[in-house]
Amino acid sequence: MSYLDEIPITPIADKPSTANRTGTWRTFRPIIEYEKCTRCMICWKFCPDVAITLENGGEYEATNDKIKQMVDKAPVIDYVHCKGCGICANECPVNAIQMVKEG
Amino acid sequence: MKRVVTGNYAAAFAAMRARVNVVAAFPITPQTFIVEHISEFVNDGIMDCEFIRVESEHSAMSATVSASATGARAFTATASQGLALMHEILFTASGMRLPIVMPVVNRTLAAPIGIWAEMNDVMPERDAGWILAFVEDNQEVHDMVLQAYRIAEDNRVLLPMMVNLDAFILSHTVEPVDLMEPEDADRFLPSYKPEHAYLDPERPMGVGIFTPPEYIQEERYQTHAAMEGSKQVIKEVNDEFAKMFGRDYGGLVEEYRMDDAEVALLTLGTVTSTAREVVDNLRAEGKKVGLVKVRFLRPYPTDEIRSVASRVKAIGIYDRAISYGVGGPAYIEARSALYGHTDIPISNYLAGIGGRDVMLSDIEFMFNDLLKNAESGKVRKELVWINTRGVEQ
Repeated sequence: MSYLDEIPITPIADKPSTANRTGTWRTFRPIIEYEKCTRCMICWKFCPDVAITLENGGEYEATNDKIKQMVDKAPVIDYVHCKGCGICANECPVNAIQMVKEG
Repeated sequence: MKRVVTGNYAAAFAAMRARVNVVAAFPITPQTFIVEHISEFVNDGIMDCEFIRVESEHSAMSATVSASATGARAFTATASQGLALMHEILFTASGMRLPIVMPVVNRTLAAPIGIWAEMNDVMPERDAGWILAFVEDNQEVHDMVLQAYRIAEDNRVLLPMMVNLDAFILSHTVEPVDLMEPEDADRFLPSYKPEHAYLDPERPMGVGIFTPPEYIQEERYQTHAAMEGSKQVIKEVNDEFAKMFGRDYGGLVEEYRMDDAEVALLTLGTVTSTAREVVDNLRAEGKKVGLVKVRFLRPYPTDEIRSVASRVKAIGIYDRAISYGVGGPAYIEARSALYGHTDIPISNYLAGIGGRDVMLSDIEFMFNDLLKNAESGKVRKELVWINTRGVEQ
């Protein structure tokens, strides 16, 4: 059997790209100050690596259920994948994200 | 069902009959009517497909690639600048071995800007890993879109395919076309069942991935082997189509009155029809001329062209595009295939650039020039600019 019979016709990764631990590339670590954070979700929207997830933890008064559902969530950084690009810190309208050099 | 339709309608109709699942397209003259007709079919409820309106041709090809990667039968169409904007993603489509079919209405690529027939849009894509077919009339547009899916989706091939038709001469000109009935189309072209890599939420995977040197050379070899292998599939599909519907296009090339021909002219696209008439006229005068319609530039019909050269005393290649500093691309391909296999004179005729009409007299000139080359055994002029003001032809 030739090598060519054993390989797929185009290179395939059997795992999704989340298997790549790109957090190891990071020089600066974004840290969210939750006291300042307004749960506006702009960081979540701008993160180019989908490394900010929304998790329970908000304490905001909401005017309707849909908004309540949203603001009940707080942005949490997934440090396994965050490359430390700093876009979230740059975009945060209330400067609630600080970039701190990794030790 | 015979109807009088444009080449663009024939392409759109064939896409409907191929039951494509996804169409992602952006309008560009002279292709626009292909996707406009498809959007009408979808609106009228006679075509069941996801029609994605995208913001550019780069996105059109990206969306088509993604759709095809999920196992959908995907279709788009473009021309000229639109094809150039797709350039990057064309390589993704072939590298991921996706059987996308795309009619390309060959139009001048700027500058200077023009909307008429010229093949300088598709010629730079010869290295993109797509099968390149060139058609002569509207019936062939219709038939080749259907054949294209059979060729592209064959497990021995799995490569994307362009069906090239000349701007306006076919795209906007009506001709009688035998439009296929749905049951006939289904019989010829069953639905696409991908057995190779395809995206499935139940089975997450990455395709078109970052690949190091340890693997990529074999990947390239496989794609090349698939392109070579497609020659056999093209012939088989042509023969099966001919058996089912009575229209035989000859496979990779079609020879016309080549039996005892002393010279052969190789043509691409619609000029073939004009050349057929010239061959008939010159034959009536007793001149032994013949015609070879080159239907594919990728894969290149190397064996067929070598066989032609072995039977004639001079060979000429018609081009509707120029590779500056060398000559016509179809000429470059033919000469490369013939190197070391023939000593006969080979010459290149450029005509119809920018959509200029190619007249019977222009093609007559080419044949008479070839007959002179055959007699002298020498090339009078390697690159002949036909009907070009200020240039001696």
